[in-house]
Amino acid sequence: MDVSAEPLLQLRDLRVSYGATLAVKGLSLTVRRGETAAIVGESGSGKSQTVLAALRLLPRHAHTSGSVLFEGMELLTLSQKRLDSLLGRRIAVVFQEPMSSLDPLFTVGSQIGAVLRLKAGLPRRAAYARAKELLDLAGIAEPGRRLHAYPHELSGGQRQRVAIAMAIACNPDLLIADEPTTALDVTVAAKILDLLAKLKQSLGMAMIFISHDLGIVRRIADTIHVMRNGEIVESGAAAKIFANPRHDYTRVLLENMPRARRHARRDAPVLLRAENIGVKFTLRGGLFEAKRAFTAVAGVSLCLDQGRTLGLVGESGSGKSTLARALLKLVPASGRISFDGRDLAGLDRAAMRPLRRSMQLVFQDPYGSLSPCMRVSDIVTEGLRVHDPAISRKQRDTRAALALEEVLLDPELRQRFPQELSGGQRQRVAIARAMILKPRLVVLDEPTSALDRTVQIGILALLEDLQDAHGLAYVLISHDLAVIRAAADEIAVMKDGRIVEQGPTQDIVERPREPYTRSLLAAALQTGEA
Amino acid sequence: MNEPAPAMPISFTAGATRNWPLRVSLFILGSIALLCLIGPLVSGHPYDQVYRDYVLVRPSLFAHPDASEIDNAIAAIARRMHVHIEATRDGETMHLTLDAEKPVDPRVLRAFARSDLFAPAHIAATEDEGRRLEIDVPLKRMVFLFGTDANGRDLFTRVLIAGRISLAVGLLASFVALTIGVAYGAVAGYAGGRIDSLMMRAIEIVYALPFIFFVIVLVMVFGRHFVLIFVAIGAVEWLDMARIVRGQTLSIKQRDFVAAAEALGATTPAILWRHVIPNAAGPIAAYLAVLVPRVILLESFVSFLGLGVQEPLTSWGVLVADGARNIQGSIHLLIFPALFLGATLGALQSLGDGWRARA
Repeated sequence: MDVSAEPLLQLRDLRVSYGATLAVKGLSLTVRRGETAAIVGESGSGKSQTVLAALRLLPRHAHTSGSVLFEGMELLTLSQKRLDSLLGRRIAVVFQEPMSSLDPLFTVGSQIGAVLRLKAGLPRRAAYARAKELLDLAGIAEPGRRLHAYPHELSGGQRQRVAIAMAIACNPDLLIADEPTTALDVTVAAKILDLLAKLKQSLGMAMIFISHDLGIVRRIADTIHVMRNGEIVESGAAAKIFANPRHDYTRVLLENMPRARRHARRDAPVLLRAENIGVKFTLRGGLFEAKRAFTAVAGVSLCLDQGRTLGLVGESGSGKSTLARALLKLVPASGRISFDGRDLAGLDRAAMRPLRRSMQLVFQDPYGSLSPCMRVSDIVTEGLRVHDPAISRKQRDTRAALALEEVLLDPELRQRFPQELSGGQRQRVAIARAMILKPRLVVLDEPTSALDRTVQIGILALLEDLQDAHGLAYVLISHDLAVIRAAADEIAVMKDGRIVEQGPTQDIVERPREPYTRSLLAAALQTGEA
Repeated sequence: MNEPAPAMPISFTAGATRNWPLRVSLFILGSIALLCLIGPLVSGHPYDQVYRDYVLVRPSLFAHPDASEIDNAIAAIARRMHVHIEATRDGETMHLTLDAEKPVDPRVLRAFARSDLFAPAHIAATEDEGRRLEIDVPLKRMVFLFGTDANGRDLFTRVLIAGRISLAVGLLASFVALTIGVAYGAVAGYAGGRIDSLMMRAIEIVYALPFIFFVIVLVMVFGRHFVLIFVAIGAVEWLDMARIVRGQTLSIKQRDFVAAAEALGATTPAILWRHVIPNAAGPIAAYLAVLVPRVILLESFVSFLGLGVQEPLTSWGVLVADGARNIQGSIHLLIFPALFLGATLGALQSLGDGWRARA
């Protein structure tokens, strides 16, 4: 990168406050023409707030001060009209969630066309032709046909490509990408990153890339700004930061890959055996439409020994979560499941109830899996109310305190509501809720995906300790191979409802047989560890 | 999902300064309820007491009777007794001198006791063989804050008594609607599938019944009774509640914490009670705040038609109907009950809006 290139965007002493709370505390950075600057930080560090404030896209009650110069123009005091003419034409933004940034009521073509007509003043016909070109540029196959598709007819990756096509429609000088790959599967994310890097090169844009993941950023950033608590703690050339991080926090972020665990215990008895599991959903048809059957899981067989961890990997929609629920008999499934030598096939809900005690589930989203109306102590002890109804309220409270201590939470937190806890704390509460029943099998459905890397490490370590202490068997579901590799003894790779490859962790990671596994690994290693 | 963190505390603090309409409406409701409870006890007038001498009195802060009322009353009594009365006023007592052609029978003095203006009279002196009587008549002091109605009943007391009835109907019928609606809706939503469809079709059938027709049938079968209002209104108003709760349940049962409870082995009633209903509480409370005024209005409507509360008991609807009939002569009969009804409905409505915004 040419360091002498003129600055395109300069932020000076930018502050964003909500009432008394400072979200961004006096931040300064410069983006030069053609440069890719990455802003990296954990959730809540103020990285999105920074760019949204610079473009005056924050809600009304946010107060912004400082200075934002774009080619010498002060954006913070620019008239709304001139700012609008800049946005979309000179500065474009790609957001994290493509489903919500596209209007579900219009076709992709008409949305891109609208941008072109409005911002570039193209006539309808020319806009249409250009939209097709843009889709092609964004790497969408059959752009002519896709122009007429509605956003819901596209996959997540395709939607993000459309959003990118829309952003580059007017050849902007600056593209701001706010976590553009976070909502996507690893293999798709890798392709989107390649696309962004390629487009940046060919169009000569400058780019601000916001991410929580240093691994992703390494591949495309020229300079990196590490943010924490609304401040930049370190910035510099990408190579320098990776080679020689100066600030402790950067080092924490860099070292944050989970360590691989020692794999032990091979002679344990079989706890869970599943044969030929299949799950079908009937989709309700419309008035004149027949019902359709959708196969989520087909012919899956697996076997899990006591005290060991089975990692289920696959992209979203591959049927991992459905399989996990089928194993716990939470969704109706065909096939045979035996738990601890007992056949679960014929058991109905009431007959399953005593067994539920020994098989538990932890969910991905700690925001959704804890009822917002209940106190932590009630959440944690709900299982006791089911399985030990005789226990008094006071005893339950003591048990809740003990359970919270076991997951390394302050027992005082049990009087709080889940909204008052952080994401990591909530996930610990969810784990405590499962552990209080002393289960033997715990299905962990993406237990770390919604969390920051530093928090993930803590949760994984906790899970490992609990496993060692109680001899638990885990079914660990994740799309993140780094997590699976760190925690699983065995890996099963799922695709389209089937297991395509299965084996000990080391074998799969080092000698993958299936091309699909190889592409997953490649994507994970590229973005994850490099 | 990545950065929802800053939004939460901010919106809470911003909400705290902006919820003054909530507080104002709570204050209004509280004071009206308190007034309705305590007011009739201290107003000094029973709600069904008829003051024949005070028909359609204007609202005023001053005590009755005033000078002209006293003069008129004394003149009327004098005419009836065929005497000439000289009156002088001494504070709360009137000194009257009765002159007649024939001796005055002291029993005719009962006319004073029978009047709403005076307490029983005492004879101070008898002169001229009974043809001249000196009597002391204490005055009764009465305040009609809101005036009186066409039957001479104190409107203030009646408005507050009516408030008791209207609020009670509002709360009780809403409570009936709440319990039936929440239970029905939660069961239908959670069961899903065919049971859900059946239960919702049943609701639609009841929906199709015209409300007034339903009330008339009830009155024909059971006769007029106060409890029938609760039954009729409750039986109709739970339908909306059931629909709302069902909708909420459908979305809540997809949430992870319900699945977690199922994985813990919790029974269906436990899940409904511990997870579904508390999480639907926001919309339920918001709808309830809209439901209560609707029920009060319905009761007013039914009473307006003469199918509801029976005289001498009354409700705001009856009073408004009464006031509407007297709108030309005495507009205060309309204004005061309408003011109370309107304030209550408005406060409940804005309370509902506030809660819905929070929910």
